[in-house]
Amino acid sequence: MFVINCPYCGEREQSEFKAGGEAHIVRPKQPTELSDDQWAEYLFMRKNIKGIQFERWVHTHGCRKWFNVVRDTSNDLIKAVYKMGEKPPTK
Amino acid sequence: MTKNLRVKSSKLIDETYKISFKFNGRTYYGYKGDTLASALLANDIHLVGRSFKYHRPRGIMTAGSEEPNGIVQLHKNTSRTEPNVRATEIEIYEGLEASSQNCWPSVNFDIGGINNFFSPILPAGFYYKTFMWPSSFWEKYEYFIRKSAGLGKSPTEPDPDIYEHKYIHCDVLIIGAGISGIIAAKTAAKNGYKTLLVDEKPYLGGSTIYQNSEHFKINNQISSSWLEKEINEIKKIKNLEIKIRTSVAAYHGYNFLLARENLTDHIPLEQRNNKIRHRLLKIRAKKVITATGSLERPLIFDNNDRPGILLSSAIEKYANFYGVACGEKNILLTNNDSAYEAAISLYQKGINIEAIIDNREEIDSKLIKETEKNNIKVYKGYTVVDTSGYKRINKVSIMQLSKDGQKVVGPKISISCDCLGVSGGWTPAVHLFTQSGGKLKFRDEDQVFIPNIYPSDQISIGSCNGDFTLDEILSTVPKTLKEFLNLKKTDYEDLEIKSSFNKSKRNIWLLPSDKIIGKTKPFVDYQNDATAKDIKLALREGFRSIEHVKRYTTTGMGTDQGKLGNMHALGIISETAGSKMGELGTTTFRPPYTPLTFGTIVGRNVGEYFDVFRKTPIHEWHVENKAEFENVGQWKRAWYYPKNGENMHDAVQRESKAARDSAGILDASTLGKIDIQGTDASEFLNRVYTNAWSKLAIGKCRYGLMLNEDGMVYDDGVTTRLGENHYIMTTTTGGAATVLGKLEDYLQTEWPELDVYLTSVTDHYATVSVCGPNSKKIVSQVIPDLDFSDENFPHMSFKNTKIGKIKCRVMRISFTGEHSYEINIQSNYGKSVWEKCMEIGKEFNITPYGTETMHLLRAEKGFIIVGQDTDATMTPIDLQMDWIVSKKKYDFIGKRSLYRSDTIREDRKQLVGLLTENPDEVLEEGAQIVADIKKSPVEMLGHVTSSYYSPNLKKSIALGVLKGGKNMMGKKLIIPMENKQINVTVADPVFLDKENKKLNA
Amino acid sequence: MKNKYSLFSLVKNAFSYHENWEKAWKDPEPKKEYEAIIIGGGGHGLATAYYLAKKHNMKNIAVVEKGWIGGGNTGRNTTIIRSNYLWDASAGLYDHALKIWEGLSQELNYNVMFSQRGVMNLAHNLQDVRDLKRRTHANRLNGIDAVYLNTNEVKKFCPIINTSPDIRYPVLGGTLQRRAGTARHDAVAWGYARGADEMGVDIIQNCEVKGIKRNGDSVEGIETTKGFIKTKKIGVVAAGHSSVVANMAGLRLPLESKPLQALVSEPVKPIIDTVVMSNAVHAYVSQSDKGELVIGAGTDDYVSYSQKGSHDIVEGTLNAILELYPIFSRMRMLRQWGGIVDICPDASPIISKTSIKGLYFNCGWGTGGFKATPGSGDLFAHTIANDEPHKLNAAFNINRFTSGDLVDEHGAAAVAH
Repeated sequence: MFVINCPYCGEREQSEFKAGGEAHIVRPKQPTELSDDQWAEYLFMRKNIKGIQFERWVHTHGCRKWFNVVRDTSNDLIKAVYKMGEKPPTK
Repeated sequence: MTKNLRVKSSKLIDETYKISFKFNGRTYYGYKGDTLASALLANDIHLVGRSFKYHRPRGIMTAGSEEPNGIVQLHKNTSRTEPNVRATEIEIYEGLEASSQNCWPSVNFDIGGINNFFSPILPAGFYYKTFMWPSSFWEKYEYFIRKSAGLGKSPTEPDPDIYEHKYIHCDVLIIGAGISGIIAAKTAAKNGYKTLLVDEKPYLGGSTIYQNSEHFKINNQISSSWLEKEINEIKKIKNLEIKIRTSVAAYHGYNFLLARENLTDHIPLEQRNNKIRHRLLKIRAKKVITATGSLERPLIFDNNDRPGILLSSAIEKYANFYGVACGEKNILLTNNDSAYEAAISLYQKGINIEAIIDNREEIDSKLIKETEKNNIKVYKGYTVVDTSGYKRINKVSIMQLSKDGQKVVGPKISISCDCLGVSGGWTPAVHLFTQSGGKLKFRDEDQVFIPNIYPSDQISIGSCNGDFTLDEILSTVPKTLKEFLNLKKTDYEDLEIKSSFNKSKRNIWLLPSDKIIGKTKPFVDYQNDATAKDIKLALREGFRSIEHVKRYTTTGMGTDQGKLGNMHALGIISETAGSKMGELGTTTFRPPYTPLTFGTIVGRNVGEYFDVFRKTPIHEWHVENKAEFENVGQWKRAWYYPKNGENMHDAVQRESKAARDSAGILDASTLGKIDIQGTDASEFLNRVYTNAWSKLAIGKCRYGLMLNEDGMVYDDGVTTRLGENHYIMTTTTGGAATVLGKLEDYLQTEWPELDVYLTSVTDHYATVSVCGPNSKKIVSQVIPDLDFSDENFPHMSFKNTKIGKIKCRVMRISFTGEHSYEINIQSNYGKSVWEKCMEIGKEFNITPYGTETMHLLRAEKGFIIVGQDTDATMTPIDLQMDWIVSKKKYDFIGKRSLYRSDTIREDRKQLVGLLTENPDEVLEEGAQIVADIKKSPVEMLGHVTSSYYSPNLKKSIALGVLKGGKNMMGKKLIIPMENKQINVTVADPVFLDKENKKLNA
Repeated sequence: MKNKYSLFSLVKNAFSYHENWEKAWKDPEPKKEYEAIIIGGGGHGLATAYYLAKKHNMKNIAVVEKGWIGGGNTGRNTTIIRSNYLWDASAGLYDHALKIWEGLSQELNYNVMFSQRGVMNLAHNLQDVRDLKRRTHANRLNGIDAVYLNTNEVKKFCPIINTSPDIRYPVLGGTLQRRAGTARHDAVAWGYARGADEMGVDIIQNCEVKGIKRNGDSVEGIETTKGFIKTKKIGVVAAGHSSVVANMAGLRLPLESKPLQALVSEPVKPIIDTVVMSNAVHAYVSQSDKGELVIGAGTDDYVSYSQKGSHDIVEGTLNAILELYPIFSRMRMLRQWGGIVDICPDASPIISKTSIKGLYFNCGWGTGGFKATPGSGDLFAHTIANDEPHKLNAAFNINRFTSGDLVDEHGAAAVAH
């Protein structure tokens, strides 16, 4: 079980959080103009990376804020956390 | 007659405190401090149980948690019975009752022993190759296979004991209180670290604490005396917590560890009531120091499993710690110096040693010299090739090893004995290290795996790190600690060490025999009866990886998880396949380190604490009025209120009729309530609901449908505009939490520009819903100051008002189709408002109704229940609710998905009403709908989602989803039941008052 | 012909001390080119190769496996086999598999110990009851044996379940599929491997795929740690690692790979002789032939390839186990482990062609792939050999995520085992 450093509350047990899947999938601004394929891409297709993944978590049993986590999915080690809207770390 | 094999008293056993216990029905005695194993051995009992596959007699092999064979059933046929308990771990207490397992009728005479006779045709994997004929017979074979497998017996009664959990956060956790762990604990704690030291044993000091040899000294004191002083010192350190009988079971990532603290397993049963049996420690440590020591390896030779064959270190411990001789004619077989340590101890205790058989030829060792001085015969360069004695070893046959160690040569010598100690060197206990994700490396010199790459802030010290001897430990451990804990110095810099151990070892994984291997039984896994020849067979059949061999032969899969034999299995594979040990890898050491009781893992979360249950502020009233309850999510909701012995059907018919004829009252407090405020609240609702919200007037209510982004109906409810920038949303009871989560997600991540604030207020308000033609009369008396005229207070509107001095909100909304009001008031007033309604409503026969009647009433009106009439495959169009999907809005959650090629199909399943040909016949919810029952395969067009007998319509009504149902009005279809077919006609889903006259009546 | 396995051959070999058994499968080095290559040597991949050789006469084929065959989810699951699925497409798929299971030991001449001890699913609330009845009716009409049981019948079928009405989530009923049961997971992989090997299939272990070579819209071969291997058809059956392989071909899949955990108790004498599953409180349990209670836990909610899950999941599962079986409180957990399961949004698998010619995927089995092994292999072999799906797997194409024609089994089993 991880320890996650919530950008608002600090280090907390993983059990206080929920994962929300791949980050930086922006909801299309004009869905009606997308083809079925493009919409399916947004809706269902995922990178599902083995290695460094950018993903969303929410501090459900805490501040209830969503934020982003950079985690190595091959060993579950968290490399960074950053708030929604912030630029992802490049290194 | 049993013998007494107690030798010179040991200070670690209290011989003034005699304890009686039973084994296989007979009473024996031991002393306080004994384990069941030491007490049995003191009574000269070696034969404890029978092995898994061949039912061979087996005895105690070790003195610790690695024990494969000395396992027993405790207190059989009682509620505290427990299978597969290691005799080497359980401390005896007055009244302990243990019995042998996996034998019938008794451990001395076991019918299953016949398996040993059949063993030639039962090699590894034999069951994959047979029991296939006749083809349907596997279950019959399996019945017997299952019966003969399985070791002990499961309890059959609930557990009287209680368990609990405790969270511990510490700076440094030290696992293992042997000499390395003690040094680490003192060093960490004295330097200001909040330290926790745990050990699975009931005492501190590991194996050094009973070390009494002149050959091992620290600062000129015998090592045990030196360590004793250290232990006394650490007990005084304030920021050091010490827990004995505490076994670390699992080492997870991020230094999260689980440990079991055993609190009552060592005290008499009658003293255990109301005490906590185990405490599961959930430890989060900043740093972890693993000092778990090492396990002595056995040696692999023909018939190496007989009762009376033990690890040499175990014999030493039984003598030194417990004051017990394991035999009167002892022989030791070794490939290293450890057995001589044992021999010297035994000699000092006056225990007879017949001979030592050493695989090594020429070794210059002080220990050997001393042993020989004591006139103990040492056979150098020899090995044991066979043993005899069915229920107790009585003889070993030894031969000389060839130079290359591959063969035995020369004459065979027999030596009689009653106990054989074996020592194959030591294996670092790296289990927890690898569980944590650590990577091992193989050290060729002494053929051991040691920690290499640490995945978290942790270190392994002492013999679990491959530093086995006293001098290695005391020179390495302080240095390691200094670096790991960032210290300038430790108390252990200038120790004067005497350690006479010669580290040479002649490692032969499978000792050669004079017989061909096919005729021998060299056991590698003692519990599962896997032999070296099984491993070789597996390799011959193409199973090359250690994981394949393990699974094919079941090596390492017993209750000891192969703590003794796994290394030999690897060694034999590497030798046979010609691969290098280091490249072979190991099998994965999976948690727990030692088996962990389910009750311990679960702690207090049993029975009523299994899951919290949520009750409404009016719950007690429902209980007092004999309601039956239904679980909805975590809520207990009143289901119906049987009167005078009514069954559910009768109660629901009565409640439904009353609600339509006069007045009904429902506790609707469980519905989710979300307070929505902010200047963009209307826009927010536009985006989350399918319909438009901007034009909803203040004081008005509107029904909304929420979709998932995939276009499927997700939740529904009425939302009320309380003010310009203020709404209150209701959700389904089960959906409240997820709806809030979803709204927050969109708000924070997709639309952060919106000025909207969400607050869950579900628990803040009680909701009393009064419906029926007389509802106005009742509610207007409850709230006399409010103008209830239709002009002032029409359907789908709300009023802020007061009952007495208490503010409340009243909504005129309806889920039943009746004229109805919902009073929302601060929770703690809920019950009094309910009671007031009941009192005033008495003259109108106000009738409390539960969820079942609510479901019936809404079905009469064709209102859906999300989750019952929908199943995550239904769009609003499928529900024939096109009216609620705004065509004008540019976007809302799920909109795009409504226009995919499959979601626009005309023949999707759609919500319809169903009427049975026989109006008294009520359909079964879940029953399928078909048009042509003769077609093969039968085409299922849909299913019945809701079905009731309507007392108001005096007929059976049902809702269902039906392929192309929109265009099938009036069509006759069939509901095929197991034993009959029911004819139905497709109907409008609104069965009652389509014109909504009642709402405004 | 390999040595046939039988009691007779065991006795015969006993006389030569079992020295003369042949290899169950060879360990060849890869050839330069194959007619088809299956990536992934789990049960599904080996079964695919077996049926390609057996039914489609494609014998110049290889299975390449990164580690050891059967070392992934095949060897980590709780071995439950059933076919009582809700939707026609799923029922068709899983019952096709179940029918093959019924004769698989004889077909492979390898005892996979398929034990039809029945699988019971419990209902704990009124919606569970509706859902299970709906499923039972659908099963019956689809020719799948399934019956609905009331609480007393549940108790009768499995007496150790706590059916007291006073527990937190009382048992309100259940369904029973008697033809369902368990099998010996390792034996399935080994049996298929032996069978495929006998027909000439190369099973290449310790061979990791590093890349997929494409020529425009067609595949040309795979780059591996044992060099380049040429082929025109690639079937990917890589379970948790499907997305990793897809990324090599420049494809994205609707999958997330999540940790799934399971555990066994210490072995005891027979105490439960069926499989009981409960989705509502999340506990399912059976007993292996060795005597261990085999208990499945749930998935974590995050993507992970670490083969480790969180302790909370295990604890939650055991909470539920003790709620339903208070007698197991003093039983002990012997081993606990994790696997990586690839989950589709609709909890149904993909057995499909892709937009790249010659590249086929069989994935997304989530938590319940073991039971489908023979059927999945058979249908995937058909799809690869004919370059078009069999009618039983047509619904499980990858295009359903575009059209919206999903096979949503969430309702049938929030955790579909």
